[in-house]
Amino acid sequence: MLKQTGNAGGGKRAIPGTLVFDGDAAQAGYALNAMCYSFNDVANRAAFAADEEAYMDRFGLTPAQRGAVRARDVIAMLNAGGNVYYLAKLAGILGLNVQDLGALQTGMSVDDFKAALMDHSMTETRVGDDERIVA
Amino acid sequence: MSRICGGIFTSHVPGIGGAIAKGLQQDPYWKPFFDGFGPVHKWLAAEKPDVAVVFYNDHGLNFFLDKMPTFAIGAAPEYRHEDEGWGIAFKRPYPGHQDLSWHIIEQVVESEFDPVMCQSMLVDHAVAVPFELCWPGDAPFTTKLVPIAINTVQHPLPSPKRCHELGKAVGRAIESFDSDQKVVVFGTGGLSHQLEGERAGHINVDYDKFCLRNLAPDPEALLQHDTLDIVELAGSQGVEILNWIAARGALRGSVRELSSNYHVPISNTAAATVLLENRATVRA
Repeated sequence: MLKQTGNAGGGKRAIPGTLVFDGDAAQAGYALNAMCYSFNDVANRAAFAADEEAYMDRFGLTPAQRGAVRARDVIAMLNAGGNVYYLAKLAGILGLNVQDLGALQTGMSVDDFKAALMDHSMTETRVGDDERIVA
Repeated sequence: MSRICGGIFTSHVPGIGGAIAKGLQQDPYWKPFFDGFGPVHKWLAAEKPDVAVVFYNDHGLNFFLDKMPTFAIGAAPEYRHEDEGWGIAFKRPYPGHQDLSWHIIEQVVESEFDPVMCQSMLVDHAVAVPFELCWPGDAPFTTKLVPIAINTVQHPLPSPKRCHELGKAVGRAIESFDSDQKVVVFGTGGLSHQLEGERAGHINVDYDKFCLRNLAPDPEALLQHDTLDIVELAGSQGVEILNWIAARGALRGSVRELSSNYHVPISNTAAATVLLENRATVRA
């Protein structure tokens, strides 16, 4: 075990800058995530784009979830139980890629967020001596 | 009896699928990643495995939070990829191997695992991208698929030790399958990355290198961290290393690294591709 970095309420382990998607989050976020899961279907994506409020009604989003979606506030969506794998489908409708999402959540510009990823830039390759894989 | 000829471990970032769709393999941004598949292509052409048993995680194509299995094993005659919300659907179907699927299911239950059994399931980019990377082009896939989904979405996730033991049980099952099949095992996802929260963009080169260094010779080194340790080290999506840990468990013979490629970044991810061979006898 790593050293614990702190404790949130209820004795849960806190990981800096990270929301662990546990049962409490899954329960709180159910409606928002269900709506986002429906976006696998292109017709549902179109229905959301045509009338966001009606679409949120259909899935019974909580006031906090509606407010977060209206404001395109990703951190608020996470705090309302959103899971990023489902939110990614909403992000697609909004024309946001994962770098855009990263920038929105960290308060950085998209260019700065990309530059921060590039700070780790490296390539390390090993190829064994084997007749099957040598050209 | 069947035998496992090796393992392929690779990231499955959706953006890789986009790059394939646009033909960007030689683009300077993508080339260092795609180049990692040169040895894999040559090895697959030489080995010609009959079946791929793929440990992966579903990201909300087949499974939703209404019913979230910790482990699920496909037993379908055929699998398909579909639109996951951003309009890319790979066309080629994945032929299943139902007899091997049911044999694995029976044997892992005998080993006291309790998987969900799926006679119909969609496979998402975590299967589709690795298949496109390994067998590019338009020709129908001839290597059959047995998909094994591990929950890396909703905590509590299975422990690394449990995933490793599942992999071992699957390995034993494959080896006891009474048909002369050559099997390659896949572990997909990773390495370090985190998409959400204030720590979005988290990458941990040290942890990734620790995993890459130990995967072949000492996979149990990866079991010293529990699931939340891995979330902290590798990021909330870096925990997909569980799929690698399971796949490595299935390689029960003499294991040797044939190739390894680590390239940072691809999208928000530290990407890696590793090819391991699995032999019954020790090789100097």
